[in-house]
Amino acid sequence: MSLWVDKYRPKTLDELSYHEGLTTRLRSLANSGDFPHLLVYGPSGAGKKTRISCVLRELFGKSVERLKIDQRVFLTPSKRKLDVNIVQSNFHIELTPSDVGNYDRVVIQDLLKEIAQTQQVDLSAKQRFKVVVINEADLLSRDAQAALRRTMEKYMSNLRIILCANSTSRLIAPIKSRCLLVRVAAPSLEEIQAVLQQVAKNVGFDLPPEASEKIAEESNGNLRKAMLVLETLKMQSKDLNSPLLTIPKPDWESYCHKVADLIMSEQTPAKVMEVRGKFYELLSHCIPPTVILKTVADRLVDKMDESLKADVMYWAAFYERRMRIGNKKIFHLEAWVVKVMSLYKVMCTSIY
Amino acid sequence: MFGHQQKNVQPAVDERTQPWVEKYRPKTIDDVAAQEHTVSVLRKALSSTNLPHMLFYGPPGTGKTSTILALARQLFGPDNFKSRVLELNASDERGISIVREKVKNFARQTPRAQAVASDGKTYPCPPYKIIILDEADSMTQDAQGALRRIMETYARITRFCLVCNYVTRIIEPLASRCSKFRFKPLDMSSTSTRLAQIALSEQVQVTNEVISALVSTSAGDLRRSITYLQSASRLSSSTDPPAPITLRDIQEIAGVVPDEVMNNFASSLGADSIPSIFSKLEKQDFDTIRQQVKSIMREGYSAAQVLSQLHDLIVQHPVLTARQRSACALAFGDADHALCDGADEELWVLQVALRVNKAIS
Ligand SMILES: Nc1ncnc2c1ncn2[C@@H]1O[C@H](COP(=O)(O)OP(=O)(O)OP(=O)(O)O)[C@@H](O)[C@H]1O
Ligand SMILES: Nc1ncnc2c1ncn2[C@@H]1O[C@H](COP(=O)(O)OP(=O)(O)OP(=O)(O)O)[C@@H](O)[C@H]1O
Ligand SMILES: [Mg+2]
Ligand SMILES: [Mg+2]
Repeated sequence: MSLWVDKYRPKTLDELSYHEGLTTRLRSLANSGDFPHLLVYGPSGAGKKTRISCVLRELFGKSVERLKIDQRVFLTPSKRKLDVNIVQSNFHIELTPSDVGNYDRVVIQDLLKEIAQTQQVDLSAKQRFKVVVINEADLLSRDAQAALRRTMEKYMSNLRIILCANSTSRLIAPIKSRCLLVRVAAPSLEEIQAVLQQVAKNVGFDLPPEASEKIAEESNGNLRKAMLVLETLKMQSKDLNSPLLTIPKPDWESYCHKVADLIMSEQTPAKVMEVRGKFYELLSHCIPPTVILKTVADRLVDKMDESLKADVMYWAAFYERRMRIGNKKIFHLEAWVVKVMSLYKVMCTSIY
Repeated sequence: MFGHQQKNVQPAVDERTQPWVEKYRPKTIDDVAAQEHTVSVLRKALSSTNLPHMLFYGPPGTGKTSTILALARQLFGPDNFKSRVLELNASDERGISIVREKVKNFARQTPRAQAVASDGKTYPCPPYKIIILDEADSMTQDAQGALRRIMETYARITRFCLVCNYVTRIIEPLASRCSKFRFKPLDMSSTSTRLAQIALSEQVQVTNEVISALVSTSAGDLRRSITYLQSASRLSSSTDPPAPITLRDIQEIAGVVPDEVMNNFASSLGADSIPSIFSKLEKQDFDTIRQQVKSIMREGYSAAQVLSQLHDLIVQHPVLTARQRSACALAFGDADHALCDGADEELWVLQVALRVNKAIS
């Protein structure tokens, strides 16, 4: 049985709710015959992936949904073998660089050339080109991005690329220059509520407006999160009509809040040690370090005195950046905690 | 792996389905817009058929790849192009040994001139081969170093053309062996002339306002402005009757943050674009600013775009002192650098917002 997020995911452009203007634009591009390379970007859970699948469906028709998974072997320059699973239909192929690690350039290079040099001879195909969807494109290494450049131009008659990313700042300028940028904004509160209501209707239960409003507010514009929360509440058979309804937080989030509380409770080496333990725990559960840092920081500024808030965020940005460049995430998380503790302590003692 | 496919078919080019960037790629060097200096030097080289090693550098979409391909085509014509021109780009394997091998093989076959080509024209067909190393800035230092020797060994029968965005990433010994050509971001009038030509031959109605929006949003990158134009025209022709292309269409396609959003943001930082005598520049509370930043980031605008528009507002702000402007400038500089390092966009937009607010209150 699939989750609601998958089960009720729109499949065609017509089924998409919200951002009607964008939907119209995508439809006109898909029907024009000279579809460009796309770079689809926007915050998490805004519906990028969903929109991309709908565009593919518009381009190629229903058979694009028939997916198969292929095991492929690639050879690195040092002759190491790389096994990669590749999801594809007859018309498109999907790649996620994080599946390939440091060798994303090799895979991109080989795969794209192979596709580029073959031509669609399936006469029933609606387009002459194949589409390569690259998820998490902002995680592509610089080398892999460079490898895309000329390929995107040279083989344009056989190949279109759709890049999907949370942000555009990690993509090199020549790549952005070769794509049409498509921004997918997070849905508004009302739009999220409308989707939730639609899901409730499809499942067949009554969702009180107060409950859907609460869920939407807690979701921070992330539709996936909102839908997951709704399903969880329903599974736990919570009374959706109750005015006391609380939205469950994921464990890692409560854990981050605990870290913030620890930082404010006492500013001693012992607490730093305790916080480190919590960080390790979070990291070992694959919570991205940036998410940890931002969640703790958000909680801290909610509780701290106005005079400290700007400083806490200043150092959050400072150490998050170091974390990106550096290797040991934990060092930078901890350095930030120590910084915040010392700021907080200075402020507390200066009051008395 | 692809059941319905057949290998190695040369793509047949269909004009109708070709994106305009490719359709309007310059075919001859005289067709290259702007870059007058480069073109005039190359035109001389074309008539004397003597070519130095060359290094083309400049930002994306300014005509580097187009120019060298056009020049090569004009030198050798369609028949000899394949045997005389070797293009290696970042998507090719370019380790030292591979480059040496390829160049060696390629350069070994001695060129033979052929006067009249199959299309009935005569081409100069000078007695050397051209090796284009496109996107050379992504080659490793070692590979570049090895290239030096290769260039010397085969100097008699090959000419190299290195193409890159950042000339500083090419090692000095290599750069100094080449005549350098800088490709400038396209100036306003060349861009608008080119766009107007394309619009005319594609029969798209564009106003001057739209053209100038295309020019300003693409910042000298002609490829980008052509893509915007094509996508806007698809959108407009998707309705019946076609809706005219508007300024806002272009801004939306280019990811520009609407003015009202930016003005709102600036005024929450105390930097109203039209300061009245009543609005004191006062320090806003943290939560207001954080909310503003969160809501802008939720819209998905890229941080670089937001910061560059905020920067414009601050620079043009009528009443700020020099000291205040400098403090803001430092914040913008730090943030740009951080974003290049891949730092979190929201954290850095917030940091700039807070620092700007502090500086001007
Ligand atoms: N337009 C829409 N109408 C209704 N439901 C939608 C729409 N867009 C997305 N959804 C729902 O939201 C869920 C999340 O969307 P999606 O996976 O496309 O997000 P995303 O932007 O790719 O997120 P991420 O960046 O985290 O990968 C989908 O599973 C789908 O059920
Ligand atoms: N100077 C120019 N004159 C005419 N057309 C141009 C010019 N510059 C760019 N274009 C247009 O933009 C497209 C891309 O140009 P080109 O491939 O030459 O850019 P580039 O400088 O090599 O960029 P990159 O650094 O991204 O590789 C061309 O197909 C053409 O349509
Ligand atoms: Mg996704
Ligand atoms: Mg180029």
